[in-house]
Amino acid sequence: MRAPSGPEIAAGDVLLAVESVSLSFGGVKAISDVSFDIRKGEIRAIIGPNGAGKTSMLNVINGFYHPQKGRITFKGQTRSKMRPHEAAYGGIARTFQNVALFKGMTALDNIMAGRTLKMKRNMFWQLLRAGPALAEEVEHRHAVEEIIDFLKIQEIRRTPVGRLPYGLQKRVELGRALAMEPELLLLDEPMAGMNLEEKEDMSRFVLDVNDHFGTTIALIEHDMGVVMDLSDRVVVLDHGIKIADGTPDVVKKDQAVIDAYLGVAH
Amino acid sequence: MLYREVGQFKTSYAQDMAIFPIRQDRIALWLTLAIAFIVVPLLDIFQIWPFKGEYLIRAILIPFLILALAAIGLNILTGYCGQLSLGSGAFMAIGAYSAYKFVTGVSIMALHIPPLPVFISIILGGFMAAFVGILFGIPSLRIKGLYLAVATLAAQFFFDWLFIRVKWFTNYTSSGSVAAPDPLIFFGYPVTRPVEKYLVCLIVVTAFALLAKNLVRGNIGRQWQATRDQDIAAELMGIRPLYAKLSAFAVSSFFMGVAGALWAFVYLGAWEPLAFNIDRSFQILFMVIIGGLGSILGSFLGAAFILVLPILLDQVPHALGIPITVETVSLLVFLIVGALICWLLIVEPHGFARLWGTAKEKLRLWPYPY
Repeated sequence: MRAPSGPEIAAGDVLLAVESVSLSFGGVKAISDVSFDIRKGEIRAIIGPNGAGKTSMLNVINGFYHPQKGRITFKGQTRSKMRPHEAAYGGIARTFQNVALFKGMTALDNIMAGRTLKMKRNMFWQLLRAGPALAEEVEHRHAVEEIIDFLKIQEIRRTPVGRLPYGLQKRVELGRALAMEPELLLLDEPMAGMNLEEKEDMSRFVLDVNDHFGTTIALIEHDMGVVMDLSDRVVVLDHGIKIADGTPDVVKKDQAVIDAYLGVAH
Repeated sequence: MLYREVGQFKTSYAQDMAIFPIRQDRIALWLTLAIAFIVVPLLDIFQIWPFKGEYLIRAILIPFLILALAAIGLNILTGYCGQLSLGSGAFMAIGAYSAYKFVTGVSIMALHIPPLPVFISIILGGFMAAFVGILFGIPSLRIKGLYLAVATLAAQFFFDWLFIRVKWFTNYTSSGSVAAPDPLIFFGYPVTRPVEKYLVCLIVVTAFALLAKNLVRGNIGRQWQATRDQDIAAELMGIRPLYAKLSAFAVSSFFMGVAGALWAFVYLGAWEPLAFNIDRSFQILFMVIIGGLGSILGSFLGAAFILVLPILLDQVPHALGIPITVETVSLLVFLIVGALICWLLIVEPHGFARLWGTAKEKLRLWPYPY
């Protein structure tokens, strides 16, 4: 069930390569022939106007959608069809555009749930909650507490997440993804609907995650200021087609990008 | 003022993750257990009110404990894992009839199993129910909510039919009714008096409630709740829906199977398939909804409410000397219980367990409002 971990990838090498991927739903083409790569250790932004296929792209990367054409190579291994939980075991975590926390659980339990794929004790020990199972719980609780400290959400750990304000929910969701200790972290609009201060906080966390844990990050974001400041490289999609790829400075001046965002005179 | 956690420091995560991290809660738990295990039997031995005669133990406490166990089972499936089931009666019936077959000895073609001891039969009944629960849980991988409820409803009607029509399950008795061994022998001790039966139920239910609590607060419990709240996000985090859902079906059916076997052996003594019909499924579902979805404590509260309230309402006109007929009383009980359920669900849709939690939170801050 577990995806083989594959060879170690050095920083700067290609961690994930997307090669001419096409995805359509019936007659609707969500993504057509898009190729790009994500290098280990970088922050890679995926931007584009609404409906450009950004979220579909993330869904393809973590195995939720299966593209009709194209190949995806993660850590040197090419796969055709992969179930989402296999991608998770392989080291891909993500957050969602509309917060997808487990509403009935506390912030602590949400983040603990992110450790599921690292917990191995069988049901017998869990029934008794003694010996190895208890030791395992404590060990992972320790790791989770470190994430809680890192995100500065100590005081809300016992609060059911449904009761938390939106900004904190986004932060808990980031914590849940971090608990998986991913190699590749997919963030789907982590700053959507936030005010300036919250955006600054979240940007700081994203940079810190990249810095401290060395996590590679793929980021979808609409706030151009955030994108240009945070990301190392940017890929621009429009109507499912890649129109630009490069450093923020290059992308900013690209005529196709400007046209896509501002419209073209006909 | 009594309910404060000031000055209670935890020095390890294990302490912090205890079922009752607050000292007052632990004291309350031990008191409750002491009353259940020591005070009740003593009162019964000395025949002190309200334990004069056997009515309270035989007609209220024993069914309360067994149905609470079944409610815990359903709560694991519906409350924790979010899979709506209307087949509780069927799983209880499977537990009961399997236990009956094991206790009387099974021969299927070349396979001969000699009659087994009562307790082992009851546990094996639970395992049979778990096995069937997994089979009927397979549709849950494709369908959700009301559609799944219909699939479990099919299980209910199928097993009702099976235990009436296939005489093998009832050892070819002419009436279709079967009887548990009498006296019931648990580990060499004959259990005959109601108070002894009560203690057997109490031990089983206490142990199973503890095991259930361990599961729901551990890794598997988090997987169940994650699947309930956001199945897609759960899968993207490495939770296999197949494992999470089917394990919930298995554990839940196991609990209901054991409850069914206890219900048949200890409470009823002799029974027919009608004891586990669709009414039983609904009764247990109401217990879970009223008590609180996703709460072990709620299963007990719900069982107490659904079971005890009609009995209380039944007794009140008697006690007050109001001259109304028995039929009128039973009609009134239906009306009042129904109205109360509606009212409760409007006021607190999360059931008694949430009310209890809110009360505790208020008590912590009392006398200040916040």
